[in-house]
Amino acid sequence: MSKKSTDKTAAAAKKTTSAAKTGGANAAPAAAPKPAASGPNPSHSSPVNTALSADEKVELYRKLVRIRRFEERSLRAYQAKKIGGFLHLYIGQEAVAVGCCSLMGKDDHVITAYRDHGHAIAVGMDTKALMAELYGKVTGCSKGKGGSMHYFDPARNFWGGHGIVGGQVPLGAGLAYALKYKGLKGAAMAFMGDGAVNQGAVHEAYNLASLWSLPVVFVIENNGYSMGTSQARSSAGELATRAAGYDMKWEIIDGHDLYDVRAKMEPLLRRAREESKPALVEIMTYRYRGHSVADPDKTYRSKTEIEDYQRTKDPINLFRAILQSEGALTDELIEKIDTEARSEADFAADFAEASPFPTPEDIQKDVYWEADNPSQRTSGGRLFFN
Amino acid sequence: MPLITYREALRHAMAEELTRDENVVILGEEVGQFHGAYKVTEGLLEKFGPKRIVDTPISEAGFIGLGVGASMLGVRPVMELMFWSFYSVAFDQILNNAANIRYMSGGQINCPIVIRGPANGGTNVGATHSHTPENILAHHPGVKVVVPSTPYDAKGLLKSAIRDNDPVFVLENTILYGLEGEVPSEEYLIPLGHADVKRAGTDLTIVTYGRPVIQSLAAAQQLQQEHNLSVEIVDLRTIRPLDIDTVLASVRKTHRVLIVEEQRPFCGVGAQLAYMIQNEAFDELDAPIQRLGTVDAPAIYSPPAEIEQLPNSQRILKAALATMGS
Repeated sequence: MSKKSTDKTAAAAKKTTSAAKTGGANAAPAAAPKPAASGPNPSHSSPVNTALSADEKVELYRKLVRIRRFEERSLRAYQAKKIGGFLHLYIGQEAVAVGCCSLMGKDDHVITAYRDHGHAIAVGMDTKALMAELYGKVTGCSKGKGGSMHYFDPARNFWGGHGIVGGQVPLGAGLAYALKYKGLKGAAMAFMGDGAVNQGAVHEAYNLASLWSLPVVFVIENNGYSMGTSQARSSAGELATRAAGYDMKWEIIDGHDLYDVRAKMEPLLRRAREESKPALVEIMTYRYRGHSVADPDKTYRSKTEIEDYQRTKDPINLFRAILQSEGALTDELIEKIDTEARSEADFAADFAEASPFPTPEDIQKDVYWEADNPSQRTSGGRLFFN
Repeated sequence: MPLITYREALRHAMAEELTRDENVVILGEEVGQFHGAYKVTEGLLEKFGPKRIVDTPISEAGFIGLGVGASMLGVRPVMELMFWSFYSVAFDQILNNAANIRYMSGGQINCPIVIRGPANGGTNVGATHSHTPENILAHHPGVKVVVPSTPYDAKGLLKSAIRDNDPVFVLENTILYGLEGEVPSEEYLIPLGHADVKRAGTDLTIVTYGRPVIQSLAAAQQLQQEHNLSVEIVDLRTIRPLDIDTVLASVRKTHRVLIVEEQRPFCGVGAQLAYMIQNEAFDELDAPIQRLGTVDAPAIYSPPAEIEQLPNSQRILKAALATMGS
């Protein structure tokens, strides 16, 4: 085992000891830590999960599988040189986006960073448009202008898809500000990776959210590595507990367990909507692939570590086992869902392949609202230069 | 017409737009209880209350990013930078998020924000507080950049900026805040992207914007009286969109051009103007285009030296004579 993976193991062990803690100024007294092995996770019997119908559970499972198959298909397309630039895969983290986004009401909003495919599918975006965006086609969700890191769908309350680490977090606070300003009972979820927590803009957003009581839940998806640097090598102290310095409630969540994500996010979202209070959660998760496809993934963690997570903590396997034990999933249905998800991903790739690229004339569209709405333009002068 | 200051003109613009549109919010450091670091927002908190006039912590990346996010949901934040010099700590929010979000979303999202505040030298505050970033801002497609020189322009342009659906950056000037000018009592707008001929002339065109407009007007008067030179002064008012047609019309009339800007020369607005003028009116030029800007160094503190680092009427006068070949 390399020195670096030892770091990681140490970080993971440290996390395990604090995994059941909750805290923050507004927190109820923490429940006694319950070792994971000692019985079923109480999150599984929380009302937000027990209220799910069998069909709803199956649909959550289907979303997990659809995200994974979509990304596996996109990786093949990348390897076939159909996709340019970066491709940051979410494989292994699916339960985080699906769990969180499954709780969204009509006035709840989401913003995330560049590892955004999972959130996009979780909010209901069409995989054809998502794959076409990767292929750089005009039928893409951003007409081929954003790429993998910049998916958006405001109609589904999804505000990106942002490329600069931590840069989206103040925008997430701004979504919450707008909800509060307009008197809407909604909440914003501002996702970031564990690599974002040391960016100044993130701390500025924490401060504003708490100072102004904004209805935002900051979600750290802690997959253990900011690119190739382990948490132990990048971040002093705990990540979630930093919220205490901003007088914000915080919570640590098991991101491998979709029920845990739902059970612990739901009260924080409800509190944001009803009491306009922010919170910070750290969701422990893991990515199986490199930081991006450009990461050979050979320098900072061991293959054994990845395989251990795949074998024991895979969010799809875990949720499948739960649903099988609950009788919500049969072998036939599991097979059918997987086959359909593969077909959907292939169909998306075929759609992307068959779609046209933007033309040179498209390059200067979607830059200015005024240029795109010439009949309503009020300004004079040149907007573009050569 | 009533005489009011540049500062009051800006304040009146904000007050009128706050009254007109309930989605307009003023955010910034010391804009409320303190009445504004330069008193531009004085009285607005008392009139519109703390929901509309919001004091922020010293946290430019945070509150500007927050404003960008809020604008995506239809709030129209007008954010004050105490100095535009502080844009550098919010650069990512301004020029990655505000400028790019419409494009990266394939036109699905608008960012109707205004960021305003002073951007000028000449007040002996040294290199960190004297930046004039209109060239850097205007370099980014997706944004609009406004630099008003008079109270009348400041009010009309700021009102248009607040109504604009694209991000607009308004660069004011602390030295002009006390400048008085005639401003009508009745409501008016000045559309962005229209230059204004501040003085008509036949011998030389000075293309300029911001405080150098005022200095150029003084120089032009002296040039007329002492050198019998008729100088036309074109105030760009808006850097992007750029009203190059008004500039070219003046060039076709005078055939000589001096560009004056409170900018360092390298990659400044003047460089862009000179390229466009020679490209589109080459045959109209009787002499090379000349340019007068800030002496190329960080802003010096020493008060007498700073006067000579920046454009001033005497430097403009000399540069005008040089452009005429005399």
